[in-house]
Amino acid sequence: MSPTALSAPAASAWNDHLVVLPVVLPIAVAGVMFLLDERRRRLKAALSLATVLALLGIALVLVGRVDAGAQVYRLGNWAAPYGIVLVVDRLSALMLALAGVLGLCALVFSFARWGQAGPRFHGLFLLLLMGVNGAFLTGDLFNLFVFFEVMLAASYGLVLHGSGEVRIRAGLGYIAVNLVASLFFLVGVSLIYGTMGTLNMADLARRLAAPASGEQALFEVGCAVLGLAFLIKCSAWPLGFWLPTTYAAASAPAAAVLAILSKVGIYVVVRLSLLLFGSGSSAGFGQTWILAAGLATMAYGTIGILAARDLTRAAGYAVMISSGTLLATLGTGSGGALAGALYYLFGSTLAAGALFLLAEILQRGRDPARADQPVFADEYRDPFDDAGATEVGRALPAAVALLGIGVLLCTLMLAGIPPLAGFVGKLAMFTGLAAGPITAPAWWLIAALTLSSFGTLMPLVRLGIRNLWVPSDDPPPVLRPTEFAALAGLLAACLALALWGGPALAYADATVRWLEQPQDYVRAVLGAAWEGVRP
Amino acid sequence: MEIVLSLGIGVFAASGIWLMLRPRTFQVVLGISLLSYAVNLFIFAMGRLTVGAPPVLGAGAEVVSVDDPVPQALVLTALVIGFALTALFLVVLLAARGVTGSDHVDGREPHQAEPHPGHPHP
Repeated sequence: MSPTALSAPAASAWNDHLVVLPVVLPIAVAGVMFLLDERRRRLKAALSLATVLALLGIALVLVGRVDAGAQVYRLGNWAAPYGIVLVVDRLSALMLALAGVLGLCALVFSFARWGQAGPRFHGLFLLLLMGVNGAFLTGDLFNLFVFFEVMLAASYGLVLHGSGEVRIRAGLGYIAVNLVASLFFLVGVSLIYGTMGTLNMADLARRLAAPASGEQALFEVGCAVLGLAFLIKCSAWPLGFWLPTTYAAASAPAAAVLAILSKVGIYVVVRLSLLLFGSGSSAGFGQTWILAAGLATMAYGTIGILAARDLTRAAGYAVMISSGTLLATLGTGSGGALAGALYYLFGSTLAAGALFLLAEILQRGRDPARADQPVFADEYRDPFDDAGATEVGRALPAAVALLGIGVLLCTLMLAGIPPLAGFVGKLAMFTGLAAGPITAPAWWLIAALTLSSFGTLMPLVRLGIRNLWVPSDDPPPVLRPTEFAALAGLLAACLALALWGGPALAYADATVRWLEQPQDYVRAVLGAAWEGVRP
Repeated sequence: MEIVLSLGIGVFAASGIWLMLRPRTFQVVLGISLLSYAVNLFIFAMGRLTVGAPPVLGAGAEVVSVDDPVPQALVLTALVIGFALTALFLVVLLAARGVTGSDHVDGREPHQAEPHPGHPHP
């Protein structure tokens, strides 16, 4: 069979190749990066900055281009389902943009200190972005596995970046958990191939539209095992105990960019649930489990953040809460609420990334033993016994003021307090849930959303006060220009999300409406010739 | 042949899981390796078991029985990735052994107290 016989004639404009660039560009530059001497820091920094800026630009162009539906890129021009395809639709473009913003800011932050803390930081960073972008773009389950592994291999290096006992111990657990998760992934993929005979997502959706076959049960077992792998990655309870420890141990820019990693798991769960189980012979498969896992993750994250003694751990639990929110919303099956949750996901991931960066600046140079003191240390003192304290006002350095504003914005975003995007997202979720008759799961989710807001607000305010206002002998934090630029970028993105909330929510709404029409996705990938053809 | 293969997968998986849950890091590595053998054989079996059937047909070949080449390609990819990541895990394991002075997965012997995060381990 020749490629031309299989593929539909396609107009080959240069900008059709934009779809493959988010994968090809970072891996090519990463290859060059490993050849360059470690001492050429400026060149490496400039190269990776240019690459990540280009990635963000491409992502934004793709966001603008996908209005019509999905754009399909056939690798080697072999038609699906025989060849491998990359598909960009609204959801993929949204996630690419999120990875671009977060990657850019984490990279700029690393210029100040962390880029020099160990060898090959820039190469690993770009490989991680390549894996993440590939996972968002691929339309094939096995290719998804390959991109996942690239992303994870790079993340192992980044978690260990900077070395030290705490990182190595956390890394050991992280790698072991993810190796096992990858085995689940493989078992799931092979079961799906064995029962359905295809790994192309669109082809799977097409075959599922047919009446159930005898192997339906085995197929669903495969999907459940596959889902287990993704739930481990997005740290759903009880599979996510590794997350707070690992993220707290990782260096700040690595932790910030790892915040997107757990969202890759969420992305795949959303994509596959709506594509394969929206309708057809397995409709609604696993929905109750996703709802239960989401609610449990929110509860676990909230309890964890209440008990967190330092900001990095709190940020790790905030990542868990945001994952749980999206899972639970998906589990309720309400489209309007899912649009709000996607909007919330974008904002909360940026805010959690910013919180990792802020935490590192505030806790840098402090004695880590102080994290062991009781949560309510002041309860053990007489509040009026301040005879020894000097009532001299302390000058507030500009750095502390800026960091204070940063902590405040992150807190408002993550807790969902007006006027920032976190509140808009939660409001959209409430409105979506209340659109029809409110079901029991919707009540559960409303309660969990409200409680997790409150549970996030309290510890973040407490940690902010402790880190910024409590007088201490520690030297005041130093804020370098690049670190400020990175933080300002992330927080400006959060503010922009609130200011242009209307268009952003409309985009999220259109994304969900597109996802709820899987036949359009199938038609875009397989072409009209396959429509109505039953296997 | 089916019974031999399924018994093999079962034995590999069972010993892999048992070893993975052991407290020493080297046992964990061996466990993950055995488990990945089981998974690779499982992927292979998902292409159905045939004897003497070619996976790739040449021009003018007589089609009597064909083997599915896709699971074989999947196994190859999974093998390479699994091999590389096991090597990486071994390096991290050695680093952990060197830094913490213990090959326990917790980084300390069970009877020892939690080492203080700020201070180097004795």
